[in-house]
Amino acid sequence: MTFTLLIEQILNGLQFGVMLFLMASGLTLVFGVMGLINLAHGSLYMVGAFACAAVATATGSYWLGLAASLVFAALAGVLVELAIIRKLYTRGHLDQVLATFALILVFSEGTRWLFGSFPLYLNVPEILSGAVVLPGGIQYSLFRLLIIAVGFAIAGGLLALIHKTRIGIQIRAGESDREMISALGVDINKLYTIVFALGAALAGFAGALVGSIQSVQVGMGEPVLILAFVVIVIGGIGSIKGALVGSILVGVVDTLGRFLLPILFGAFMDPSSATAVGSALASMLIYMVMAGVLFFRPTGLFGLNA
Amino acid sequence: MTLTRETAINAVLFVGLLIAALIAYLLDEPFIITMATKVAIFSIAGIGLNLALGYGGLVSFGHAAFFGFGGYVAGILANHALNNTLVFSWPIEMAGTNSMLMIWPVAIFLSALVALLIGVLSLRTSGVYFIMITLAFAQMIYYFAISWPAYGGEDGLPTYIRNSFPGLNTLNPIEFFLICFVWLGVSLMLCSAIVHSRFGLALQGTRQNEQRVTSVGIDPFRVKLVAFVISGGITGLAGTLYTDLNRFVSPSVFSWQTSGEIMVFVILGGVARLFGPLAGAALFITMEFTLGGMTEHWQLWLGLLLLFVVLYTPGGLIGVLTSGRGKDV
Amino acid sequence: MKKLGAFLAGLSALALIGTAQAEPVKIGMITTLSGGGAGLGIDVRDGFMLAVKNSGNSDIEVVVEDDQRKPDIAVQLADKMIQSEKVDILTGIIWSNLAMAVVPATTAQGKFYLSPNAGPSALAGKGCHKNYFNVAWQNDNLHEAAGAYANDAGFEKSFIVAPNYPAGKDALTGYKRFFKGTIANEIYTQLGQKDYAAEIAQIRASGADSVFFFLPGGMGISFMKQYAGSGVDIPLVGPAFSFDQGILQAVGEAALGVKNTSQWNKDIDNAANKAFVAGFQAEYGRLPSLYASQGYDTANLIISAMGKASVSDADAFRSALEAADFDSVRGDFKFGPNHHPVQDIYVREVIKEGDVFTNKIIAKGLSNHSDAYAVDCSM
Repeated sequence: MTFTLLIEQILNGLQFGVMLFLMASGLTLVFGVMGLINLAHGSLYMVGAFACAAVATATGSYWLGLAASLVFAALAGVLVELAIIRKLYTRGHLDQVLATFALILVFSEGTRWLFGSFPLYLNVPEILSGAVVLPGGIQYSLFRLLIIAVGFAIAGGLLALIHKTRIGIQIRAGESDREMISALGVDINKLYTIVFALGAALAGFAGALVGSIQSVQVGMGEPVLILAFVVIVIGGIGSIKGALVGSILVGVVDTLGRFLLPILFGAFMDPSSATAVGSALASMLIYMVMAGVLFFRPTGLFGLNA
Repeated sequence: MTLTRETAINAVLFVGLLIAALIAYLLDEPFIITMATKVAIFSIAGIGLNLALGYGGLVSFGHAAFFGFGGYVAGILANHALNNTLVFSWPIEMAGTNSMLMIWPVAIFLSALVALLIGVLSLRTSGVYFIMITLAFAQMIYYFAISWPAYGGEDGLPTYIRNSFPGLNTLNPIEFFLICFVWLGVSLMLCSAIVHSRFGLALQGTRQNEQRVTSVGIDPFRVKLVAFVISGGITGLAGTLYTDLNRFVSPSVFSWQTSGEIMVFVILGGVARLFGPLAGAALFITMEFTLGGMTEHWQLWLGLLLLFVVLYTPGGLIGVLTSGRGKDV
Repeated sequence: MKKLGAFLAGLSALALIGTAQAEPVKIGMITTLSGGGAGLGIDVRDGFMLAVKNSGNSDIEVVVEDDQRKPDIAVQLADKMIQSEKVDILTGIIWSNLAMAVVPATTAQGKFYLSPNAGPSALAGKGCHKNYFNVAWQNDNLHEAAGAYANDAGFEKSFIVAPNYPAGKDALTGYKRFFKGTIANEIYTQLGQKDYAAEIAQIRASGADSVFFFLPGGMGISFMKQYAGSGVDIPLVGPAFSFDQGILQAVGEAALGVKNTSQWNKDIDNAANKAFVAGFQAEYGRLPSLYASQGYDTANLIISAMGKASVSDADAFRSALEAADFDSVRGDFKFGPNHHPVQDIYVREVIKEGDVFTNKIIAKGLSNHSDAYAVDCSM
């Protein structure tokens, strides 16, 4: 193991964390403001990826595809919010879980109906593909570097939105006291729709970016959804800052765990079983971290109330 | 008024399941008996979950851990009996067994023990944090089960035949159904007894207002923990029966989808309704197999149906049938 | 082209008339038709149904059900097929873990099971059964061929990657069984993992001269796209599963030139294969995949056995299956003593034909290859 390899793995962890943040920020906003558990958030991620792949293939332009991912995911978000989610705000968490679980089935099977059962093609545009050499001689994928940059830019933008703008004040007010904010004359329904669409657009955008380097297929959203939940719970629900810290923590711990644990076990086991045991433990690692965090801080790192 | 009506509906559901299986037996349709058995088994799992989730307000997204644990106890013991090997030899020698009468208590005890461990760690949190920490524990076990080679890893563990019960041929669908049906009855009675006991009242009181319960000298943590442990034990029992139904167990029983499915059964039927899990499981499994035969895209229609149920029929199926408002959790 | 298919179908139907006694056969197909892995099941089903249609044999009835890729659902469907539908033969399962759930229960009830895809080692060795036939491959086969190819290509130091589950371990074992060089590192990834940046970084640093990977489905798509974008240029070798017709379009340029091993390709030169490829395209409007070819062969094997024996006479029908007297799209095909194929395994290279990414055969990896478990099987 060399020092450059370690640095490269930390970059990989950062990049993974930033992707998780795009998912988790929407989820945590929707939960914080509306008190809604949205299992279908992963479906919006999938919608973004499929929209990007379809539009990029049809038009030949990756950038149009990226724009489409934002537009279509936001549109899907607005539609779902108006038709279904709106009725769930006053319900208990259990009804929300069941309804959004049903939405997963509808989205997944609907997408398969529209696009067929085979994965779609979506690739990084020529200009962003390949690797660059960083100071210290580290070769690193240009697209991944860009994801890290874009991710942090969005995180900064979101924090500014929440803390500096009028709508941010409304959102924060909505988190702490729902009756109060509608009493102040804010159109609460409109605010909810906007927040939901924002979360959906972020998820769709994440789906498009990830789809470019992974695979665009039905069911791609659920594994990420589980990780995004882990993130927001570690960070503290409703907190954008918490989501950011949680994402980076999960991303780096997971990546380094996969990389270092087999090496660690290799010190006192034969290579084959060391990799097997090490990677088994690595796949459990983030859940252990989460359980550990919640054990010592039952409302997450930055959470106020449950 | 609703109480008597609910009682009548409960009776129809319970007896209806038995009659459906018996008619299927007379018509020589063993697959329908298998489906009825599946309904009974998932109802038991749901009853276990309902105790924690419905009555105790402990929304666990990790009951697959107990379901799977029970399942693997049955699988592992039967597998060792089949190969005539020891499960472990220290500190005492433990041989495998294929007798249900042996497997059940072991499975219930171990599942309850796992629930105790998870409960002690998880019950410090509440709300969504509790949902996610229970999920985290189930996920840990899931990934462990996939990559641990001793009992088949992701390939799972076939037991080839069902475990045995004195005097019955468990491979005969109707006889195995009756075993599960009796367990369903026992679970319902147990759940009913718990809910109406002093402990059950304390549990429901804890759900509604923790401070009030504390003020009369009850430790809410302990009440919730006991409920969680009983809940885990019942769900674990369902897991062993499910292994026997399939003559096979695999890590997919630990997956978050399994937790989700059991939860859907409970919510669909009606949260904190004694017979809710039975109604939910019966509807879901019937839909799954009839829609599945009709269209490749059946999951779309199932999703729309679930949406309809949750949006327009608060209180779940039992709630609709009794036209009473569901209990909020 | 459609005419050729119809003509050949007519021929085979004619051949059947000579020997067949009209004994209806009911086949239960349990395969994955919904969810993320549906593409494979759909291909197996379509290939199978094409062969049934081409045979013109009206005595075959096929019942198809969706297992949702869940082992418990698959077992319950098998019960339904056997107990309620009263099928004679079961087939269709894609995944090893589902096969492990269904096959022992099926053969224990005296029914035939013909696997069009999964070939777990547990069913090829001690767990073999006289009523279980695998028409595709034993799981290790394609990986073994990859190891043999790596020797031929002069590779000396391989970096090997597979998911951490039994089929993944079989894959690396299979590769190592034939590869004579050293192993730079072996890595087990999480099942379903989609980000391979960490692994690719290790590959870059390893100093290996070749990379063997077994990452089926979406995992492979992700790996190859990321590998191509990483700037690492160590040659890749893998089994056909990541280079199949169904997913190759999703990988695109990133797969071009990669060598992979398969027992079938659309350019294998024999009449049966030509008729199959043309017939499949005419019927479904897409190129057939490996899985479709396996489904097609499975159906033709059953049809050939029906021509020789009645399915109600289990011993005679089994002998007819063992004879494997059908024109496989792979060319020569026969069963080993454990009812698994003895066949040639080819090395293919990913190419682009017009707009479509596909494979062409460049060499033979292993000839008349059996499997390592046959010696443990006693029937």
